[in-house]
Amino acid sequence: MSVEVAGMGQAKAEGPLKLAVPRGALFGETLDTLDAAGIDTSAARGESRSLIFAGSEISLVTMRPSDVPTYVEAGAADVGITGKDVLLEQSDRMVYELLDLGFGRCRMVLAGRVGDERLGESQRRLGMMRIATKYPRIAERHFESTGRQAEVIEVKGSVELAPLIGLADGIVDLVATGRTLAENDLEVREEIVECTARFVANRVAHKLRAEEVDALTSKLREATGQ
Amino acid sequence: MIHPIPPGTRDVLPDEMRELRKLHLALIEVFESNGYGEVATPAIEYDDVLARGGGRTADSAYRFFDESGDLLALRSDMTVPIARLVASRYAEAEPPLRLCYLANAFRAVRPQRGQMREFAQAGVELIGAPAPAGTAEVVEVLEAALAAAGLDRAVIGLGDADLFRQLLTELGVEGEARESVLGRLATHDLVGLEAELSQAGIDDEHVATCVTLSQLRGGREVLEQARALGGTAVERATARIGETFEALEERGAADRVRIDLGLLRNLGYYSGAILEVYDPALGHVLGGGGRYDRLLKRFGLDLPAAGFALYLERVHVAQMEEESRRAEP
Repeated sequence: MSVEVAGMGQAKAEGPLKLAVPRGALFGETLDTLDAAGIDTSAARGESRSLIFAGSEISLVTMRPSDVPTYVEAGAADVGITGKDVLLEQSDRMVYELLDLGFGRCRMVLAGRVGDERLGESQRRLGMMRIATKYPRIAERHFESTGRQAEVIEVKGSVELAPLIGLADGIVDLVATGRTLAENDLEVREEIVECTARFVANRVAHKLRAEEVDALTSKLREATGQ
Repeated sequence: MIHPIPPGTRDVLPDEMRELRKLHLALIEVFESNGYGEVATPAIEYDDVLARGGGRTADSAYRFFDESGDLLALRSDMTVPIARLVASRYAEAEPPLRLCYLANAFRAVRPQRGQMREFAQAGVELIGAPAPAGTAEVVEVLEAALAAAGLDRAVIGLGDADLFRQLLTELGVEGEARESVLGRLATHDLVGLEAELSQAGIDDEHVATCVTLSQLRGGREVLEQARALGGTAVERATARIGETFEALEERGAADRVRIDLGLLRNLGYYSGAILEVYDPALGHVLGGGGRYDRLLKRFGLDLPAAGFALYLERVHVAQMEEESRRAEP
């Protein structure tokens, strides 16, 4: 495809805009939102194990939510959708956060065992709490900004396990309904931040494919009523 | 035996070095032929001298003490060292001064492709030539440099560093709130920007104005769209950008330039015009620059100035991507 620098200096980049779509909890609502914005997602909904679904104007590239900032920052994807929790945890990734999509609403919380005083006791007697989390940077920032010390222990899997068998006094984790917490005899002690899905863009794509990015942003804004 | 080197640094081997050298020579040739003389400055400077540059550049990531207990720092760019050099060596010289450089600088970034802790920059500094003619000259040299590097699709973003500073003053956003709003603008976090502005007590209409302004980018028409939003700060900034754009058109150098009111480089010393360079082949910015009319004054020489720097390694990556794109049928 030929590319020329037009009179106004607008380079037209080749190919469809690449949109990074998060698999997992946000996948369904992301596809629904894209449908509402007039983007065909039927291919991505099928049984296909493919990761890339090419369209004429927009190609969908599916990946783990936590990989979205990586692909978008590098420009491998032009734009993407991921949770604010991911963006906060990877706040050093340079991506433009263009829109709050409103769905996928959940809370980042500090939780402890029901009726258990370990959190307070560790804080008072040992000077710091032990906190297990999949979000070490969000946890560290939260304790630092509230003037407390914590030993943050990063785990990859079910974080609810940590306080139950004595790895940590409490956990920092993302809570949607609170069912997982309740089932594991845990309760919310503090709310840290509310997270929703966000629409992000690569900084160069935001400049060089401005019209396409802006058009998609306003379609998504309409579709989500934000 | 494998002996480690620090993260974000690297060795360059002959095949790459040959290509980098070719690029070096091509760029310096462009600068010299436009009348810019090459200079070199020490990689380490006294920390308090670099700190005069102010803003983010002041926090060079790498500092250490010398044998007499003085605090030294590795330079994080070349603009501040050259301001120091000009104030020290050319205080009596007849402006304008035209200098260029190709040098390594150091920043504490997360190492990845095109983003190293030690990196090479090639650029120019035009000292003593005010806007708009000085800015236009710098953009023209930048265009010649991009052409010499074979990046025929590269685009130059032109914005104004004082637009939002003056707009926030006009709206009465001061102190900490001002800094956090400017921070959101620099990272282009629009969701956070709206929240910060509302928190600072700005009404919905002006919040919307700020958000809309930060998204205005394109040809000359965006200046009209901006003026329609009203306000003295917008009026002044669009007038400055308009003058620069006209000066560029007169030189026939406006083709690659896109006006971008949302540009906000996070180096503290910029004032007036700011520039950023992009290539469709690379997701990172290739370089940037602009005016820093108040920087030299901090070194005791009150002269307007402008310049740009290209990240050499990123230009090299873009060159390779463009070459392979051209090779495709």
